[in-house]
Amino acid sequence: MSHPPEQTHIDSVGTYVKILLALLVATAVTTAVSRVDLGAFSTVVALGIACVKMLLVALFFMHLRHSTKLTRLVVLGGLLWLAILLLLTMTDFATRGILGVPGK
Amino acid sequence: MADHAPTETLALRVQFDTEAQQKDAATLGMWLFLVTEIMFFGGMFAVYTIYRSWYPDVFAIASSSLNQIIGALNTGVLLLSSFTMVMAVRAGQLGQQKAIVIFLILTLLFGGIFLGVKAYEWNQKFEEHHIPGQAAFHLDGVLPGDQGHAQLFFSIYFAMTGLHALHMVIGVGILLILIVQARKGRFSASYYTPVDVAGLYWHFVDIIWIFLFPLLYLIDRHLVK
Repeated sequence: MSHPPEQTHIDSVGTYVKILLALLVATAVTTAVSRVDLGAFSTVVALGIACVKMLLVALFFMHLRHSTKLTRLVVLGGLLWLAILLLLTMTDFATRGILGVPGK
Repeated sequence: MADHAPTETLALRVQFDTEAQQKDAATLGMWLFLVTEIMFFGGMFAVYTIYRSWYPDVFAIASSSLNQIIGALNTGVLLLSSFTMVMAVRAGQLGQQKAIVIFLILTLLFGGIFLGVKAYEWNQKFEEHHIPGQAAFHLDGVLPGDQGHAQLFFSIYFAMTGLHALHMVIGVGILLILIVQARKGRFSASYYTPVDVAGLYWHFVDIIWIFLFPLLYLIDRHLVK
């Protein structure tokens, strides 16, 4: 659990450059693919690419790869609450009007 | 009293057992703050999701009125600033005091460019009469009855990009303070926590933009050529 401070993980410059290039390519791809007609999947693809970019930034630039388990748990907890916020809100808005209102 | 006075350093305050423990506590604290920020922006993303699901066609037309090339290039600038920020943190890990200053200044520069481009884009909206609430508001290609829904898109656009830009401005302020401190030689390989947690904040703001860009600029581009 507790390691001496000298054991800080230091990533190489090459790693960071590769991540930056991947992020820039992903930006170009998501911009280009938005002009292609994918129907409802265009949103899925756009969000999928955004999630990949988020993971690259969080794992490498924000050092989540090397962080403590407690920190990772807190981050996952935050995402869980965000999912509750979005999903439970949408269960209301997406299903309104499916059933009639009794007595009306 | 003298017996009680422990030798305290920046890297090891009295209340911590080890330097590693102090660093982990700082990182965890910053992440807890960022989680509250996730929920803060999450509410706005929920608003966006609801109204886009209600008026998908109007949102597509309104989104296509934004300049996606400028948006993509600005995304690149912001990603570049994240890269220089992580390089500043790396310089901190290695105790390279001059490199910290240089990379922080570069981050400040790219952040400044991003905000400048954003200001230009907002100004365009004023010239195109795409300001919600404006009497002269008009979006081409949208029926007169749907103009209100188009205003809704631009309300969300300004609220979300505005809040994002506000976070950038705060980040610029933090960078300025860090640059002054780094120039004084305050940071070393054993203590660079302020650079580290400021980096977390800067990358978080970057992630928000990573989602804002496709959601605001890239809705159904193929529909409107």
